[in-house]
Amino acid sequence: MPVVSRFEIESRQYLDEQGRACGAMPECARDLATLTELYRQMVLARSFDQKMLALQRTGQLGTFASGVGKEAIDVGVVSAMKPEDALLVTYRETTAQLARGVSLLELLIYWGGDERGSNFAVPRGDYPVCITIASHCCHAVGAAYAFKYRKQPRVAVCMLGDGATSKGEFYEAMNGAGIWRLPIVFVVTNNQWAISVPRAAQTAAQTLAQKAIAAGIPGIQVDGNDVVAVRDVALEAMERARSGGGPALIEALSYRLADHTTADDASRYRSADEVVAAWKREPIGRLRNYLLAQGAWSRPEEEALLKSCSEQIQAATQAYLAHPPPQPAQMFDHLHAVLPAAWAWQREEALDGSSHDGSDHTR
Amino acid sequence: MAPITLVEAVNMALARALAEDDDVVILGQDVGVDGGVFRATLGLLDRFGPERVVDTPIAEQLITGMAIGMAAEGLRPVIEMQFSGFAYTCIDQMLNHAGRMRHRTQGRLSCPMVLRTPCGAGIHPPEHHSESPEGMFAHIPGVRVVYPSSPSRAYGLLLAAIADPDPVIFLEPTRLYRLFKEDVPDDGKPLPLDTCFTLREGSDVTLVTWGAMVRETLQAAERLEQEGITADVIDVATLRPLDMDTILASVAKTGRCVIVTEAVRSGGVAAEIAAHLAEHGLLSLFAPVMRVASYDIVVPLSRLEGRYMPDTERVVSTVRKCLAFG
Repeated sequence: MPVVSRFEIESRQYLDEQGRACGAMPECARDLATLTELYRQMVLARSFDQKMLALQRTGQLGTFASGVGKEAIDVGVVSAMKPEDALLVTYRETTAQLARGVSLLELLIYWGGDERGSNFAVPRGDYPVCITIASHCCHAVGAAYAFKYRKQPRVAVCMLGDGATSKGEFYEAMNGAGIWRLPIVFVVTNNQWAISVPRAAQTAAQTLAQKAIAAGIPGIQVDGNDVVAVRDVALEAMERARSGGGPALIEALSYRLADHTTADDASRYRSADEVVAAWKREPIGRLRNYLLAQGAWSRPEEEALLKSCSEQIQAATQAYLAHPPPQPAQMFDHLHAVLPAAWAWQREEALDGSSHDGSDHTR
Repeated sequence: MAPITLVEAVNMALARALAEDDDVVILGQDVGVDGGVFRATLGLLDRFGPERVVDTPIAEQLITGMAIGMAAEGLRPVIEMQFSGFAYTCIDQMLNHAGRMRHRTQGRLSCPMVLRTPCGAGIHPPEHHSESPEGMFAHIPGVRVVYPSSPSRAYGLLLAAIADPDPVIFLEPTRLYRLFKEDVPDDGKPLPLDTCFTLREGSDVTLVTWGAMVRETLQAAERLEQEGITADVIDVATLRPLDMDTILASVAKTGRCVIVTEAVRSGGVAAEIAAHLAEHGLLSLFAPVMRVASYDIVVPLSRLEGRYMPDTERVVSTVRKCLAFG
């Protein structure tokens, strides 16, 4: 019988767990200035993540989804984007948003429970955090369709988690992206856990990257704790997408080092040993070791960076705590471009606190 | 100018919008080569090309989610769901994203899209092709729900929906697609959204309805007039937000109101209108607000369709009951 289709999934890694080169390094690794900048972003994000958890635990922030452990994926992918591209993220991509230029203050405002945090000054075209799993994969297809329709050399980057690859919208989106050969890169953070459901219980597929094959688009696996590898595959996929070569899927292997959110207790469903082992593979120390060995980083620079991160975060936190609270008009004023007349009385009631509702027969 | 059907009026409005604005793009299953299963998009592919009249895979969530992304980028996508019974998977996208995009970004991004879908029973189709889910859609904040009942209103309201800066679910009464014709000038003039249309004026009772049931309601009004009973007949047209001012003014005049809907009786737009009348029109009323609705059951297959949907007789008898009260 003839075989009508075969496929292979490549898995890419350049830095081992100690930050040593596993083999020949890619072209992009020569740019040590960029790698150093990515290191700075990762350290800032890690410090900010810790601050967010502390603020939540002291009642000064809402529920927060920590991104600790996946910093290399976020900064590596964003480093391959251009400002005019569009990023579509889930709730675990605070690091990617930071790398795109969303400010610490804006992120604090959002996670503090205020929509104004999603009206960020930069980048104006990026999408707000998507909470409903995989639904934003379809938005990314629409954004990419618009770029292609307008002949703009822009790419839509859609980040999602391993759990999201079980959703229909993920498949529908990859399928559509393939049909129209759209400029879109799907990035799956495979952090092994979808709340309490492990990767093994999510799918029988050997890799998540191979899910792209059924949609007729390339899929690749990468060590998501190796920023050099992430940047390398992201540059490749982004360049291909931008030049009309169509979409791609990147599966980035990592581990969710924190609870799902501050409302979760991961000790209910996974062992401490597993988490301890995963910490040995985390991305920041790995990159630091590499940069130190290359002579691109030093202890004094490390100390200065930590101090600078702490100061930035402290200043943003002060600004957040002093930020004027949202006013009730905010609930109504962007529901529609113009609030329909039928609901004007509801806005009035919300503003002045008195009852204009159905009990008023004279309205 | 030859008179045209409702589905031809939809086609004319779509062609007009495509011709006037390069940002308008049509997407859906079979909307291209086939011209849509009801031919609402007939000829548009040839005229405007495959980038603007896009045949999609059978993937309702993709179509809807894509439209949201396109709209956020400033395009004006108009998507077609083949039947409203297949549109339920879109509710997640419409509720969680389309209706929220402007609010959750505080105006930074918006969602000027239109979801068109044929709606209602009475054409003897297979299962899932006869639903009246307007109440479900009308429950979604940030989304308008519009339901025309004639060729001219389909043309003018669809142009308005496409021009609107926010998402609109545009329901098209399948049963009326080819039932009658009207002269509809292709003048590009939208009709106002958020406004009822008073189709007939009278003094004894207010009949409030929308979609295909406008036809039975007008027939009932004609029959009642032969008995000397005259009715205001109001086509609600925009189900979210509701123009209660027009309905309340009419009920202030007539003192009686019967609401006619093809949707299941409970929890729908008819109940919402009745609640408004209870809150704000109580002192005008001489009789309880009455509803003529489909039963609270699954839409039956075609053989019993006629026993499920309200007909002219049920409207007439309910009006008589309303007039006999007190």
